[in-house]
Amino acid sequence: MSEFFGSPHALLILVLAGFLPNEVWRMAGLWFGAGVDEGSEVLVWVRAVATAILAGVIAQILVQPPGALAGVPDWLRYGAVAAGFAVFMLTRRSIFAGVVCGEIVLLAGKWWLG
Amino acid sequence: MPATIQISIRSPVALPPLSSPQWKSPIRAFAWGMSSVASTVLTLVLFATYLGIGALAHDSHFSLGWVLGSTLLVWAGPAQIILISTLGSGATAVQAAIAVTVSAIRLFPMVVSVLPLMKTPQTKRRHLVLVTHFIAVTLWVECYRLLPKVPRERRIAFTHGLGCGLLSVCMVATTLGYGLAANLPPLFAAAILLLTPLAFLLSTARNCRQISDVLALVLGIALFPLVSMLHTGVDILISGVTAGTIAYGVHWWRERGRA
Repeated sequence: MSEFFGSPHALLILVLAGFLPNEVWRMAGLWFGAGVDEGSEVLVWVRAVATAILAGVIAQILVQPPGALAGVPDWLRYGAVAAGFAVFMLTRRSIFAGVVCGEIVLLAGKWWLG
Repeated sequence: MPATIQISIRSPVALPPLSSPQWKSPIRAFAWGMSSVASTVLTLVLFATYLGIGALAHDSHFSLGWVLGSTLLVWAGPAQIILISTLGSGATAVQAAIAVTVSAIRLFPMVVSVLPLMKTPQTKRRHLVLVTHFIAVTLWVECYRLLPKVPRERRIAFTHGLGCGLLSVCMVATTLGYGLAANLPPLFAAAILLLTPLAFLLSTARNCRQISDVLALVLGIALFPLVSMLHTGVDILISGVTAGTIAYGVHWWRERGRA
């Protein structure tokens, strides 16, 4: 069992640095969200902020790419996402078509660059 | 394989009409929630992302139980990637905790905005705890798409099913990725890391209901690179709240003009 889970210390770090930092925000959301009505005008603002923060996460991964994505040139990262978005719009908002196209552009670009 | 994928995308699992007596059973509602996992391409995206997370954990010398625990408990792809890569690169637990806390801020407005779709006047907060734990980007956008097709009093059971279904798929993917790590080509790692922004962008774009959502998405992407030059540590929070508030302001101004 100890081999499967690793040291108790590693599990403690998982709880303190992984589980709690996420769960705190979720439970805070539960505390506020459970009292809000579906038709409430506040929700329009909260939804807009949630969408804009997600947009920030998207931009961050593209502008400051993590790990192996940092090895892909800027223009190829932006180009792949732009191509994926264009195909998504052209196919009446098919996420599948958009994701596949973006990935093909990335892989083809990397292959072409060698 | 491509043929089955095609079919599952073209003909999503058909839910019974809202008035159907079949919705009387919470267990059936749970089962429909679980089978709805097959109705979205985002399940495939999650599968591939968690293959990547399993492989990353293996390469960073974490145990299989540890990374499965992180999928179960953390249940947010970007947070797990940050956690594994910061700890793996020798950062302290405190540094990792701070980075993960900042990345998790987005969960707060997501939970606040989606919970009102699920509650009835009888719902207590404790009934929503598990649903709240399941909320991450995929569940958030899928709730907006699927919950209107589910009777209100069955929405919590349905979402429990959807959450358990997605979590099971990701646990399998994490295990597979961990086992396959040594055999995955290097190009695969870059392709998987691109999946997150690509799928987040397209699913959020599909989720846009009003002008405020569209503006929030566009402004949020445009503002982040500018705000990130300030290096505040909470750049995403600043750009997100600013862009979201401007987007809401435009919505408010247009509504006022109409009234």
